[in-house]
Amino acid sequence: MTDHVQSTSSDWDMVIKPKTGWFDINLGELWRYRDLIGMFVKRDFVTFYKQTILGPLWYIIQPLFTTIVFTIIFGKVAKIPTDSIPPFLFFMAGNVMWSYFGTSLQMTSDTFNTNAQIFGKVYFPRLTVPISVVIINMLQFSIQFLLFLGFYSYFFWKGAPVKPTYWIAALPVLIVQMALLGLGTGILISSLTTKYKDLRFAMGFLIQLWMYATPVVYPLTQVPEWLRSYYLLNPMVAIVESFRLAFFGVSAIAFQNVVLSWSITLLLLFVGIVLFSRIEKTFMDTV
Amino acid sequence: MSAVISIENLWKEYRLGVIGHGTLTHDLQSWFARVRKKEDPNAKISPALTAEKSRVDGDRFWALQDVNLQVKDGEVLGIIGKNGAGKSTMLKILSRVTAPSRGCIKVKGRLASLLEVGTGFHPELTGRENIFLNGAMLGMSKNEVKRKLEQIITFSGVEQHIDTPVKRYSSGMYVRLAFSVSAHLEPEILVVDEVLAVGDADFQKRCLGKLGEVASEGRTVLIVSHRMNSIEMLCSRAILLDKGRITRDSNDVHSVVNEYMFDKDNDSSSVWLNRDNSYFHLNFQPLKLSLTGEDGLPISGSVKNNSTVIVNIDAVITEKDIALQVGYALYNEDGNLLYSSFFTDQDQTSWPSITTGLSRFFSEIPKRLLNEGKYKLELLSALYHREWIIKPGKNCPSVVFEIKGGLSDSVYWTERRQGEVAPVIKWNYESLS
Repeated sequence: MTDHVQSTSSDWDMVIKPKTGWFDINLGELWRYRDLIGMFVKRDFVTFYKQTILGPLWYIIQPLFTTIVFTIIFGKVAKIPTDSIPPFLFFMAGNVMWSYFGTSLQMTSDTFNTNAQIFGKVYFPRLTVPISVVIINMLQFSIQFLLFLGFYSYFFWKGAPVKPTYWIAALPVLIVQMALLGLGTGILISSLTTKYKDLRFAMGFLIQLWMYATPVVYPLTQVPEWLRSYYLLNPMVAIVESFRLAFFGVSAIAFQNVVLSWSITLLLLFVGIVLFSRIEKTFMDTV
Repeated sequence: MSAVISIENLWKEYRLGVIGHGTLTHDLQSWFARVRKKEDPNAKISPALTAEKSRVDGDRFWALQDVNLQVKDGEVLGIIGKNGAGKSTMLKILSRVTAPSRGCIKVKGRLASLLEVGTGFHPELTGRENIFLNGAMLGMSKNEVKRKLEQIITFSGVEQHIDTPVKRYSSGMYVRLAFSVSAHLEPEILVVDEVLAVGDADFQKRCLGKLGEVASEGRTVLIVSHRMNSIEMLCSRAILLDKGRITRDSNDVHSVVNEYMFDKDNDSSSVWLNRDNSYFHLNFQPLKLSLTGEDGLPISGSVKNNSTVIVNIDAVITEKDIALQVGYALYNEDGNLLYSSFFTDQDQTSWPSITTGLSRFFSEIPKRLLNEGKYKLELLSALYHREWIIKPGKNCPSVVFEIKGGLSDSVYWTERRQGEVAPVIKWNYESLS
């Protein structure tokens, strides 16, 4: 097949060839398209801003009501201990953190399906889309985080047993980790959904299951000792618990748990990127 | 001039969906059926493709088969071929929307492709915002768009509404703005897919002008189009694709266009049959278009200019409508329309009274009017002043025939003369001395 290839010169700017290797990842190109990521973020921001008042308000209503429901059901009815932290704050902390991750995962896992129209007509590195999603979701997170800070200050001023620690400074690291984790798992799943379209419909359910496998509505201390080593394989455990440690000063999280969490996050991200880059080239043949 | 695009042994395979049905439940179903040694409930039957055996290999379909092509710097290449010949697949691979199965394409310089104008336009964003978004999607940096912003807005002609959300634009404005962004990409190589078929006539002219401008600047352009006249106008070279292979490649664009026009189908002949029951219309659905001789048999090969050729249009009329017009348009080899004719052309009293059911309209092609050459006859039908049932120009049922010999009874006129038509006209003489 290759014996009658006419040109051997290396001065070609671009070679379009079949996807062969598993590690055919072009991150340099992604960098060249960084303006596009910016434009996607701006687009989503502008359309968000142009929405009716209920749109932005929804970002406040949703965590507020969820927290109230959690407080009543898991706090008052089920009486789940919250490590002596006021239940409302405890649940809100878990909810605000989970909400960012859950939304990012939900949205990035649908990358190929929601963008099939555009992907079929023009080429750009497909990774720009999920990356812009996890960035724009930080807007939602900021709003909800400010809401949390408001309640937090109120409880603190009322003398509730919460003590902020220096770990608050590490908050950006937590957010970045959540973004990477949401991106990694999201693109991993979106690659699978191109083959198994019905996986999309299971996503809401899977995300909910994952939430219950994360200390959102209960503290890590409530997890039985024998289960914990498996439980900590869930990278979101360390993220949510670190957040509580930073703001409440109470958590059963240890440093090695954080290291494990980061390792798994990076592994998932890597696998996600590999699979995504492989799928993106032939995705259009499968729709 | 050196090659700026080199397509080498390009193959593209599509799977006909035996492996992977797209859903987990189907995969499990198929697996369960295999376990029980039952027939796979999800095995795909593809009747449309069974005719093209050479391209179907088990569950695989070869959309492109061993395509080799070198495009030189500054060439304007037209890619023509009937639907399903592989044109779109080739464009998709060039645009990197999908990857080839084998072989490769090497490209020198920046390549931009326009498979569609206005991809990714967001209705909530203003024209200006969409320029930036669309530009970035097409690979322009923010600064590049900023530099060209004025030109883009001026060319689009929507200056006054540039800060209005595009959802309030008319479709014409939308398309103009979208094309304007694409037109200012300034790539070294431009790949275009029938985007010319948008907007009003005036704007189309401007698009063509812009394309011509791009081409005359010495950039390389690849165009896929069904419009033979734009191909002939713009291109310096044309290739003809058929069943995934290049069957013709020449700098004589005209000859390639002709080959496409007159060999549209392998069975392109004097009979057209409505095989797939299309063109459904209550007032007129064509079933068959045929050219027959005096004996009522389909004509084959060339006919003499003085022999009888009858155009037969068989159709089903479900509902009568007095506004019905049925006729044909006759084109010559250059794609020029020579004339069109309808059964309602004469005085109203001589019109036939149409009844419902199976009907045949027939008419003789005038003898000794046309010149020697190849002709294409397209079926037309309309409801007078209301709508086209079969619109001219696009996907009409058509038949082809050739006139050769029989130009006149004169010994002085036995060879082809110049001219679109060659009527034998009666001459008179009188002596005035």
